[in-house]
Amino acid sequence: MRIQRLQAVHQADRDSDAVNLDVLDPLIRKYKGKPGSIIPILQGTQEMLGFIPKEAFEKISTETGLKLSDMYGVATFYAQFRLKPVGKYVIKVCHGTACHVQNAHVITEAISETLDVKDGETTTDRLFTLESVACLGCCSLAPVMMIGGNTYGKLTGKEAVNIIKNIRIQSVENVKN
Amino acid sequence: MERTKVIVGLGSCGIAAGAGKVYEKIKALQIAENLDFELKKTSCIGMCYREPLVEVIDSTGSYLYGGINEDKAIEVIDKHVTHHEPIREYVVKTDIFDTEDNDFIDNQIKIALRNCGFIDPEEISEYEKRGGYNAIRKIAENNISRLDVIQTMLGSGLRGRGGGGFPTGLKWKFANNNKSTDKYIICNADEGDPGAFMDRSLLEGDPHSVLEGMIIGAYAIEANHGVIYCRAEYPLAIKRLNIAIDQARGKGYLGTNLFGIHGFDFDLYIKEGAGAFVCGEETALIASVEGERGMPRKRPPFPAESGLWGKPTNINNVETFANVPWIIINGAEAYAKYGTNKSKGTKVFALAGKVKRSGLVEVPMGISIRDVIFKLGGGIQGDKKFKAVQLGGPSGGCIPEHLSDTQVDYDSVNATGAIMGSGGMVVMDETTCMVDIARFFLDFTQKESCGKCTFCRIGTRRMLEVLNRIIDGKGKEGDIEVLEELAYQIKDNSLCGLGQTAPNPVLTTLKYFRNEYEAHIRDKKCPAKACKQLLTYEVIPDKCTGCMICAMKCPVKAIDGERKKVHFIHQEICTKCGECYSRCKFEAIMVS
Ligand SMILES: Cc1cc2nc3c(=O)[nH]c(=O)nc-3n(C[C@H](O)[C@H](O)[C@H](O)COP(=O)(O)O)c2cc1C
Ligand code: FES
Repeated sequence: MRIQRLQAVHQADRDSDAVNLDVLDPLIRKYKGKPGSIIPILQGTQEMLGFIPKEAFEKISTETGLKLSDMYGVATFYAQFRLKPVGKYVIKVCHGTACHVQNAHVITEAISETLDVKDGETTTDRLFTLESVACLGCCSLAPVMMIGGNTYGKLTGKEAVNIIKNIRIQSVENVKN
Repeated sequence: MERTKVIVGLGSCGIAAGAGKVYEKIKALQIAENLDFELKKTSCIGMCYREPLVEVIDSTGSYLYGGINEDKAIEVIDKHVTHHEPIREYVVKTDIFDTEDNDFIDNQIKIALRNCGFIDPEEISEYEKRGGYNAIRKIAENNISRLDVIQTMLGSGLRGRGGGGFPTGLKWKFANNNKSTDKYIICNADEGDPGAFMDRSLLEGDPHSVLEGMIIGAYAIEANHGVIYCRAEYPLAIKRLNIAIDQARGKGYLGTNLFGIHGFDFDLYIKEGAGAFVCGEETALIASVEGERGMPRKRPPFPAESGLWGKPTNINNVETFANVPWIIINGAEAYAKYGTNKSKGTKVFALAGKVKRSGLVEVPMGISIRDVIFKLGGGIQGDKKFKAVQLGGPSGGCIPEHLSDTQVDYDSVNATGAIMGSGGMVVMDETTCMVDIARFFLDFTQKESCGKCTFCRIGTRRMLEVLNRIIDGKGKEGDIEVLEELAYQIKDNSLCGLGQTAPNPVLTTLKYFRNEYEAHIRDKKCPAKACKQLLTYEVIPDKCTGCMICAMKCPVKAIDGERKKVHFIHQEICTKCGECYSRCKFEAIMVS
């Protein structure tokens, strides 16, 4: 069983996470009162906000009448839902069977060491989140990782780290420009 | 003369290997130099190991080029398309001359994958040109009754390709028997096995065959609503399915009074899964479509009586549906001609792991495992020793090398302790540790257990703890017996298929590789040299030149030594990272 808890958030963090929840209005209008809508509402929310903040749960609950406990139950059941903000780039390292036998753990370890985060965590600069996923469907290129829409295959730990370093350099340059 | 066609394979695997860039390059070239050829897209043809793939069809025939990057693409366009000189060394498959990869395709029989790699999946017209939607038309034009359709399915011997292997015709018969004004047909595209991608490739490559299969199924069981439950991790499949559904609706293939059959109303929508393996189980899937936590429930009542929203519901797998139109067109006998006595037809496998040619293959049931791995797969990478093949993912097991003459059919595979599963086939060589593989799957099922029943929730966790202990070199006498006892308890007492099959990876590896478990526990050794905590790195004095590289590279400073003197590894400091081993240019580090 996956175990997930809503983290106690410091006030300072909360302020910086403050998101405009009005963007959820069309979504709520679309699904309000429809049976079986919890999953699509949460999926839509996460799509827009990147994760599902506590405030979003509360807003959806008040406006649709869905029970908080039901929504929380669903959100913690499925691997897709995130209750914490994620980095700008989510690094999905495949740990499917094919990637596992081709030493996927080396990739996760190398990245984890470079970024100083554990599996599932986000770097303090909020640039990267490191995640393990099951089969990305490119088993012939194992071991594989996916960042944004891009898939990188036949990796070694070093190559994976280089790719990430390049992304970091690029994003620093983008900020400068 | 027909215009030359250039077709780029844009499935997920191709795109990952860079096919998108290749396509853009060719397109830019075509525009820049005003070249006369037809540029098209298709999806995965199955030769994932050769991606990106570009096919050129000219007046002499078809040439499939493999491993094409942007530079090679320019070369192919220049030499072949402009100057009509095929580049032999890049060709991986053609009928015109022999290539080393010809037997990869020649040994296959493509029924479910009949259109994959041949059509642009985003164009309904291309599916129709290859006979698409003619199966449902045949039913409509010849007034073939619902029961006759079901009879054809029964006659074909098609069994569910999602893993259970239940006869599809029989399932439809039960669903047909339950009368109701609302009835559902669901396509299970959750593909939870973490090492399998058959359904994804099918949906990306030929979504209309699945839609047509569902339409025929809906007709047979009198369903009026359809749902495709697809993993959210498959964005390209969802995109192409959506396009296909829109096009089908536009042509009037979904809606009311379909194909002129009075009263045959049917429409469908996609429901995106949210990442939970257990949702592949029928009752959990239904709960998930209803927006709940995907927890399985007790059966009966079976979904055929009371399923989605309490209505009769029929669930089939993607590949099952893709076979249906072919069977209707070609007849039950044509399908039953392939395969064995109790397992008819063909099966798609996702061949991966330590095999030379990994990809998607469709083979007749009854083919031997050896043939799949060596004839189609081309043998083991680096010509290492073949050790075992994993079938059925987390619910399946490992079939060892000495059983590689086992036929691939439901009963023969079950007899080994593995299961046919949905089609994941992961090949392992001598460097794969079987205890580690068992741990890998247990770790997966333990996390994916929904937590509803105790045996599955707690039992898998206890098993995982024992396996972790063994791998960390802390295994005790009696651990194997504990694993076995837990395994049988979980199998016998779990509520759903997840728990009932979760111990299989452990049981099969115990059955065939018990000595590896014993070596871990008694000798604190990993015969495959894969379990880090059980390795010792030592310097071979005769080979060490004292170059100091290992001492410098060791991240924990566990290596002592002076220049030109034999080095020494302090075992109590060594973290077994293997850095010295991979750095040493003189093969002077021994791992045992
Ligand atoms: C834990 C579990 C996971 C499953 N995952 C899948 C899956 O990902 N895809 C699938 O088609 N069937 C899956 N099944 C099998 C389905 O429950 C069901 O038998 C199948 O979809 C029926 O279709 P078929 O008769 O065409 O095979 C799973 C079963 C269990 C118990
Ligand atoms: S196992 Fe990693 S892509 Fe399939």
